[in-house]
Amino acid sequence: MATVEIPADMELVYKYPESLTEAHTHYCPGCTHGVIHRLIAEVLDELGVRERTIGIAPVGCSVLAYYYFNMDFAEAAHGRAPAMATGLKRVSPDKVVFTYQGDGDLAAIGTAEIIHAVNRGELFTTIFVNNAIYGMTGGQMAPTTLPGQVTTSSPYGRDVETAGFPIHMAELVGQLPGAAYVTRQAVLDVPGIRRTKKAIKLAFQTQLAGLGFSMVEVLSTCGTNWHMGPLEALEWAKEHMVEYFPLGDTKMTDRVRALKEGK
Amino acid sequence: MAKELWEGNAAIAEAAIRAGVEAFFGYPITPQTEVLEHFSKRLPELGRVFLQAESEVASINMVYGAACAGARVMTSSSSPGVSLMQEGFSYIACSEVPAVVTNIMRGGPGLGNVQPAQGDYFQAVKSAGHGDFHMIVLAPANVQEAIDLMVLAFDLAEKYRTIVMFVADGSIGQMMEPAEMPPMRPVRPPEERPDWALTGAQGRKPNIITSLYLGAENMERVNLRLQAKLKEIAANEVRWKEYSTEDADLLLVAFGTVGRVCQTVVREAREKGLKVGLLRPITLWPFPSGRIAELAEQVRGVLVVEMNAGQMVEDVRLAVEGRRPVRFYGRMGGPIPLPDEILPEMEKLDAECR
Amino acid sequence: MAKGMVLINEDRCKGCGLCVSVCPVHILRLADGRFNAKGYRPVEVTDPEACTGCAMCATICPDVVFTVYRQRRKPKQAAATA
Repeated sequence: MATVEIPADMELVYKYPESLTEAHTHYCPGCTHGVIHRLIAEVLDELGVRERTIGIAPVGCSVLAYYYFNMDFAEAAHGRAPAMATGLKRVSPDKVVFTYQGDGDLAAIGTAEIIHAVNRGELFTTIFVNNAIYGMTGGQMAPTTLPGQVTTSSPYGRDVETAGFPIHMAELVGQLPGAAYVTRQAVLDVPGIRRTKKAIKLAFQTQLAGLGFSMVEVLSTCGTNWHMGPLEALEWAKEHMVEYFPLGDTKMTDRVRALKEGK
Repeated sequence: MAKELWEGNAAIAEAAIRAGVEAFFGYPITPQTEVLEHFSKRLPELGRVFLQAESEVASINMVYGAACAGARVMTSSSSPGVSLMQEGFSYIACSEVPAVVTNIMRGGPGLGNVQPAQGDYFQAVKSAGHGDFHMIVLAPANVQEAIDLMVLAFDLAEKYRTIVMFVADGSIGQMMEPAEMPPMRPVRPPEERPDWALTGAQGRKPNIITSLYLGAENMERVNLRLQAKLKEIAANEVRWKEYSTEDADLLLVAFGTVGRVCQTVVREAREKGLKVGLLRPITLWPFPSGRIAELAEQVRGVLVVEMNAGQMVEDVRLAVEGRRPVRFYGRMGGPIPLPDEILPEMEKLDAECR
Repeated sequence: MAKGMVLINEDRCKGCGLCVSVCPVHILRLADGRFNAKGYRPVEVTDPEACTGCAMCATICPDVVFTVYRQRRKPKQAAATA
């Protein structure tokens, strides 16, 4: 790139986060994983904890997240990231630990691990990316697939009579006493992305203050497996997912609220 | 340190504590539960980590996480619980983090029962999980050896960055014997954790621990590295004990509790004029194949005795390579083969090989 | 004189067009007949002078393509004399 002269009266307002590597992601064009990765990285930069943060990647589209985050990382077995994070954090209590998990990983195969980690009040943070589909394996029905939604394994649309209902993880997890802060956000437009970043920041601050488990469920898209363009996918998610998965906090303890308001 | 009376399961846990274990994650299952109970009492008073997990699946993944942090860590279970852990074994083996797992074997298959058995030999030695790997498998025959091998288990796990399984049948877990504990090793402070561990990328490049290698050549390279390590382990870490083999012309091979019973068989057989010797494998993987092959040249026949339908006997046959007859006697589901059952088998072998 | 300025790391761009959809002054478009190293039509600025440095493009970009500068606020009198 040619050197560009920055006028003296200009200040830098957005730069590449230090908590991301320079690797180009393998995600499809317009995939919101990239946005969520970036928000986590920005938050870790702002909190100044990159050098003591350890991430745990899931099995799913974000299985290679460790190439994109500029910090120590482990790759878990499918659904087991919360158990790994538990082991890691218990022997490294001064570190910042987070899991990054998709809907199949967290809400199907790893349901036991997340529920019990939350219930114990484990002091790590989970970023739960809900895009209502199995992305990596090519668009099968997820535990969060909407009623009637056509996928490669629900070709007639999800029939709730036989396949059950989409699972509300933020509500489920928020009920547990070990949860300090649980919220559902969406990265489907600029205001939503800004709110999601604030939520991710509060989640990590909750961990740093030792207040309990924190999770941000993020409504996300999968244009490729929804068979839509990037913009159309955002609109579809706004129209259909937000109705089924309402946005907002499902748990905020008084101490987390005080933390939030004190900032 | 003086000898004290120790129950096998508590001794295993205490030996791990003396060896500097920093964390234990586990789930109750008979006949292993006393291991977990001992840790639950001792680790908190020492300021170390004890956590009762929601399942064996979670336990092994907690072990995996703590091992990634470079902590000395273990879990324990019994047969059905160990089956649940197999996913984790494979990930740990491929990721090359050190971990120790204890299996206090019970009767199977299925839910089986809670009687002592050795039916998990194949699982431990040959099919610990998906993909090409082996665990180092240590099999004690008494409480003192259980203590000594537990300390060794951590040293081997860390030396080779591998998974070590400690297998004992329920009778060793439940029996009480006088034994001597090693002195308490200091716990390694967090700042001395190994340089590959996930400790936060402070002033260095990030460490990544993964078992995912998408490219064919990449995955093969990792496999070749793992195989080279296994070869090194096989060359350096084979352990066994021999009893009266110097002049033996009949050989018994047995491990764990049965190995101990067979010491009596050797004595009684010799009283009857049969020159019987015993080889008791201590490492089930790597297996003492070389020594068994040597002894096969010396003896007329081999009898393998196990508390299963005949599992280790396959490895003995592979070692003997048809040089001599290899016969098997076993009991399943709880009964321990006794000398007066084994001795007639020995006499049959003697007659057959005359 | 532009109030803001964006730098575009073209090779990171996957041409998803999300930035184009959110730019409030409509000065972004996907290149026509030009491709980056990945084979996508990268985003480009049509009218740099109109940029406000609002960073909405950077906020929605999944691939961290943008670096954004914005004109400093005029220093207050007190600060200027200090």
